[in-house]
Amino acid sequence: MSEVVLRGVRRVFGGVVALESLDIQIGSGELVSLLGPSGCGKTTALKLVAGFDRPSRGTIAIAGRDITGTSASKRGVGMVFQAYSLFPTMTAQRNVEFGLRIRGADRRTRRNRAVELLELVGLGHAADRYPHELSGGMQQRVALARALAIEPRILLLDEPLSALDAKVRVQLRDEIRRLQTELGITTIYVTHDQEEALSVSDRVAVMNGGRIEQIGTPAAIYGEPATPFVAQFIGTINRIEAVVTGAGGEVEVEGTRLVLPAASAYSPGARVVVLVRPETVAIGASVNGGVRFTGTVAASTFLGATTRVKVTTAVGEISADVASVDLGQLTVGAQTAIGFDPGSARVLPQASEAEQRGDRLGVETVEQ
Amino acid sequence: MAGLAFFLVPLAATLEFSLRTAHGHGLAAYRDLVSDPQFWSTLEISLKLAGETAVAALLLLVPTAYWVHLRAPGLRPLVTFVCVLPFVVPPIVLIVGLLDVFRSQTWFVSTPQFLVPGYVVLVLPYVWFSLDSGLRAIDVRTLTDAAQSLGAGRTRALVQVILPSLRASILGAALLTLAIVLGEFTMASLSLFDTFPVYVAYVGQTQATGAAALTIVSFGLLWAAMFCLILVTRGRHRAAVR
Repeated sequence: MSEVVLRGVRRVFGGVVALESLDIQIGSGELVSLLGPSGCGKTTALKLVAGFDRPSRGTIAIAGRDITGTSASKRGVGMVFQAYSLFPTMTAQRNVEFGLRIRGADRRTRRNRAVELLELVGLGHAADRYPHELSGGMQQRVALARALAIEPRILLLDEPLSALDAKVRVQLRDEIRRLQTELGITTIYVTHDQEEALSVSDRVAVMNGGRIEQIGTPAAIYGEPATPFVAQFIGTINRIEAVVTGAGGEVEVEGTRLVLPAASAYSPGARVVVLVRPETVAIGASVNGGVRFTGTVAASTFLGATTRVKVTTAVGEISADVASVDLGQLTVGAQTAIGFDPGSARVLPQASEAEQRGDRLGVETVEQ
Repeated sequence: MAGLAFFLVPLAATLEFSLRTAHGHGLAAYRDLVSDPQFWSTLEISLKLAGETAVAALLLLVPTAYWVHLRAPGLRPLVTFVCVLPFVVPPIVLIVGLLDVFRSQTWFVSTPQFLVPGYVVLVLPYVWFSLDSGLRAIDVRTLTDAAQSLGAGRTRALVQVILPSLRASILGAALLTLAIVLGEFTMASLSLFDTFPVYVAYVGQTQATGAAALTIVSFGLLWAAMFCLILVTRGRHRAAVR
């Protein structure tokens, strides 16, 4: 059974649509990320589930019970905020005890549970410290322990790592996932960081302009983006505009004719975008058959194990990720061949003008 | 250095003058002062009024400030404007207005508590700015949301989470209220109540050294109160650092 169900949830702030119409079902013990640029509606959605705000329309149910009208304090939903959410005049332990104190738990139960949870998040030694004596990462751990103390049915995480530095972020991210799996707690994770979303989630919902563009496993979101927006938001992707010229996947790009199996689904005359991940693009001698262009190396960015090479071709700039050891003579200005296997290209219809505008304006889409 | 002298020289001169007697120096003026029952009765009235004013102003402004910060940040400039009005309305205008408003309520006009509404108006700016800066130093929204997600209602969030974080602001506001009420003469005098400032003025007109002694005593009172405040807030800080 689905633990959390949002049906047609819409939120309008004085004529500005923050959330178009959200339908999502989250299974018990599942971790679903809401991923998108700022203003896409992901935080609005989370606040509606937490009960800090009410939807203009639609219903929210937790464990089969409609909680659309229930106040935040009665939902039994644990929440971890971006930052600064620990009560500044209470020690870490007292922070964790807070929810239990409100529930009338006796002193010993409270203490034992708080100590147990602080140990679970690796802060057993810091129980007596005040928030300002803890680092950002430690504060978020305490916040997590505090949210878990009330044994919530649902855990909500609102960009919990965005205020931390890179190394702590990765560490804590893995720890959140480990705890979540161990406790089997249904979790909604809001983030604008695609790497974070892809690495911790069972499913990712990519949001844009107050709508879900695509929801699926991290692999599906990355490998089979359903819309040009998802393709461009998740990872880096080469985008080539083309027109379908014949049946069987024939397309034309700036006078060059290509045959792409993925384009066979479109009828002649359709305007499409061809999407290719840089890691599937070959360069120089390794280009064999398939789609092939020649061009000039415009830029080369060393990324460690790989180097991203940008090549200017007749159809525009194409990026390829090359193993840094195989880079050879590919210096800026060099002539080279660049190409990809036609089977690796994804073909999507070009977004209409209106959709593109919606993509850019996000929440500014005004309700009619 | 010059500033310090500017501050200390008059104080030292007043202290010296308060100790003068007909035959050299002594504590006669202070002895007279503490043996005057009026000194104690007026001080008691003023301290009581200060306490009542502080409680009334805080009861009025703490929930208001919390609500403005949480729900209506757009109203902050308006509330600030209303709260600074006492700076431009002279106390004499205020008291004449108040006397007029409460004219029919003779039972109220005849008790010193009649001064409390006026005093609340006078201390509004100090209490407001003190609370406002305290609230701006914390993330009211997030703290309230966090408390609510843990099961606390709005009132509980205010009392158990927000108020403890505002302790220094609240104490500061109370101290400023004490200072203002212990120094407010116009309203008390015009409505014929013998408060401490009225007594100070009376002594000033009748006993030269007594007035100097009184000045030193009331100065000492306020400094003691301020010192207490510093100790209390430092004590909290130390507890937090421990």
